[in-house]
Amino acid sequence: MSPLRIVAQLLLYVPLMALLGYFSTSPRFELIPAGDALLRISLIHAGQRKQECRTRSPEELAKLPPNMRAALDCPRERAPLTVELEIDGAVVFSRSVPPAGFKRDGAASLYHRLPIAAGRHRVVARLRDRAEGPFNYVREETLELAPGGMLLIDFVATKGGFDFRGV
Amino acid sequence: MAAANVLDRAFVAAERWLDAPFGAGANPLRNLGTLAFFLFWVLAATGIYLFIYFDTSVEGAYASIEALTQKQWWAGGLLRSVHRYAADAFVAASLLHLLREWAAGRFRRFRRFSWISGVPLLWLMYASGIVGYWLVWDARAQISALATAEWFDAIGLTAEPMARNFLGAESVGDRLFSLFVFLHIGMPLALLAGMWIHVQRIGQPKTVAPRGLVAAALAMLLVAALLRPAVSQAPWDPLHLPPTIELDWFLLFMHPLMAATSPAFLWLLAGGATLLLVALPLLFAGPKPLPAVVDPANCNGCARCTVDCPYQAVLLIPAPNVRTGRQVEIMAERCAACGLCAGACPSSTPFRSTEALAAGIDMPDCDVQHQRMRLEAALARIAPAAAGRIMVFACSEAAQAATLEDARTAVLDMRCIGMLPPSFIEYALRSGADGALLVACRAGECVYRLGAELTAQRLAGERQPILRKSVPRERLRMVEQAAGEETALRAACDALRGALAAMGPAPLPRPKREAMARDRAGGHG
Repeated sequence: MSPLRIVAQLLLYVPLMALLGYFSTSPRFELIPAGDALLRISLIHAGQRKQECRTRSPEELAKLPPNMRAALDCPRERAPLTVELEIDGAVVFSRSVPPAGFKRDGAASLYHRLPIAAGRHRVVARLRDRAEGPFNYVREETLELAPGGMLLIDFVATKGGFDFRGV
Repeated sequence: MAAANVLDRAFVAAERWLDAPFGAGANPLRNLGTLAFFLFWVLAATGIYLFIYFDTSVEGAYASIEALTQKQWWAGGLLRSVHRYAADAFVAASLLHLLREWAAGRFRRFRRFSWISGVPLLWLMYASGIVGYWLVWDARAQISALATAEWFDAIGLTAEPMARNFLGAESVGDRLFSLFVFLHIGMPLALLAGMWIHVQRIGQPKTVAPRGLVAAALAMLLVAALLRPAVSQAPWDPLHLPPTIELDWFLLFMHPLMAATSPAFLWLLAGGATLLLVALPLLFAGPKPLPAVVDPANCNGCARCTVDCPYQAVLLIPAPNVRTGRQVEIMAERCAACGLCAGACPSSTPFRSTEALAAGIDMPDCDVQHQRMRLEAALARIAPAAAGRIMVFACSEAAQAATLEDARTAVLDMRCIGMLPPSFIEYALRSGADGALLVACRAGECVYRLGAELTAQRLAGERQPILRKSVPRERLRMVEQAAGEETALRAACDALRGALAAMGPAPLPRPKREAMARDRAGGHG
């Protein structure tokens, strides 16, 4: 190969290499604006049954096949979860989350993220897991969120409700 | 499709421009597919080395890659960087390959299988690359894994949001890394299988990149790896997000795109693009070519046409009544009607003394009988007493050879130069032509992929049917000139004529058939 061709090839390969090197790392990606924090609310929870269980009468039980004579008749459908998030007095997120499954008898799950300015905030998380009535799980905290900090709001019913992590 | 035409012209101009420094053989733009194959093997080789040192655990993943990068920079670190750049180059080469094929219209009819089978490869390519980034388990992996999970959650693929798997340290376990590794090995293997399928309807597929290109690509990857080594971001931290991260825009561009729009938009874009790519061959099918036909009475099952078909349209089938026990069959939907099979058929020769010629495999609209008649008519137009008479056999997609026609030059054009059985050249030289000029498309631009290449091999005696040794090669020229290069074609023709002037008439006996016809005409007279 002539030296001229080698030089010409180099002149073409070097910019290609530079392009490859540049776009493999640059420009830098900013997931949330500088100075912001990220709030994520994520939960998985089965709501209460829409209707209370009912005790079957002896007559009703007698009509059932022997292997199906359960004392309680529990309708499967569960109530949707109503989730609300309030920051500094303003409701920033509110959603009704239906239960999973064709019979609507599974757990309801939610994942949502929200950039929020870093600094001190009063955060209130509310959840209702029954068909009617007021929110039956509420947690309120005043939090100091650092830039780039991530606040995760989870829900663990066995631990009493909302769990604020990352602060 | 006006955009495709503009892009095609741009590609053709760039390819021709790059032919000068690289030569058509090692021109990266003409070898995008083979380059992608090569880069895949680079990825496989470097990946195997990296896997040996990789710790498949939450605690060990980041540390093992850091150790490889810092303590073994001269081997593991270098190979990690090569792995990264090869992945990026693989994406770039594959996307350019896709664009090139689309612009050239190589998705219609007989190309449909290759086109559609290439579409899932794009998904596999991106999936393999994205999961590869997760293995590092740094801040970039954190953002990429979470963004991907959020993307899948948008369509409710799982009962529980996938994103919950990446929220806290307690939800990430070693088994997740086993899954990542399984995916990062399994998907490239599926990709390789897909690449194999992708070239199944291509005759003599080129999957090995030219040596010059291999050397240049390797050098480029190594230099890039040395100058700008691949490094990890900060370790994965579920409670803190770095303000910015270095992002691989070749592989991870969808994360910023989704952040700027929405997961639904990204699904619409990815799904829409996939559907459009798959539907393209159906939406723009183009004219249906008239497929080649087989004449069982003249087919001896030699399989030359099967081997030479550029699109695997000619199959061998058992035929107990034939001496070889096999015969060919045309898969009509795969046939491009290029005629390369007719050019390969040993029975496709004008020398047979029968009045009605028939070949084992032929083009119904341009069979060997018709071709011989056209050749004889063209030769009859050349002045018998003139010196330097040239018979031009030209591909109709190449430079317009009709511009050469004059009293000493006759032209026989055809769909592809590969359609020309070499015996026609000898026939022309025995029937009044002093020389023959073959006009093919430019190297790398043959519309039917193999026309010029197979013809050159047949003339050189490297491929059946060969041009017989008795035919004087100095009276032959084969040029590769694209449409628009008629001036260069004329120059080649003039140069041949100049050479022929010193040689005199071709020293070959007249064809027996022509002599018989002349005798008959004399007898009657």
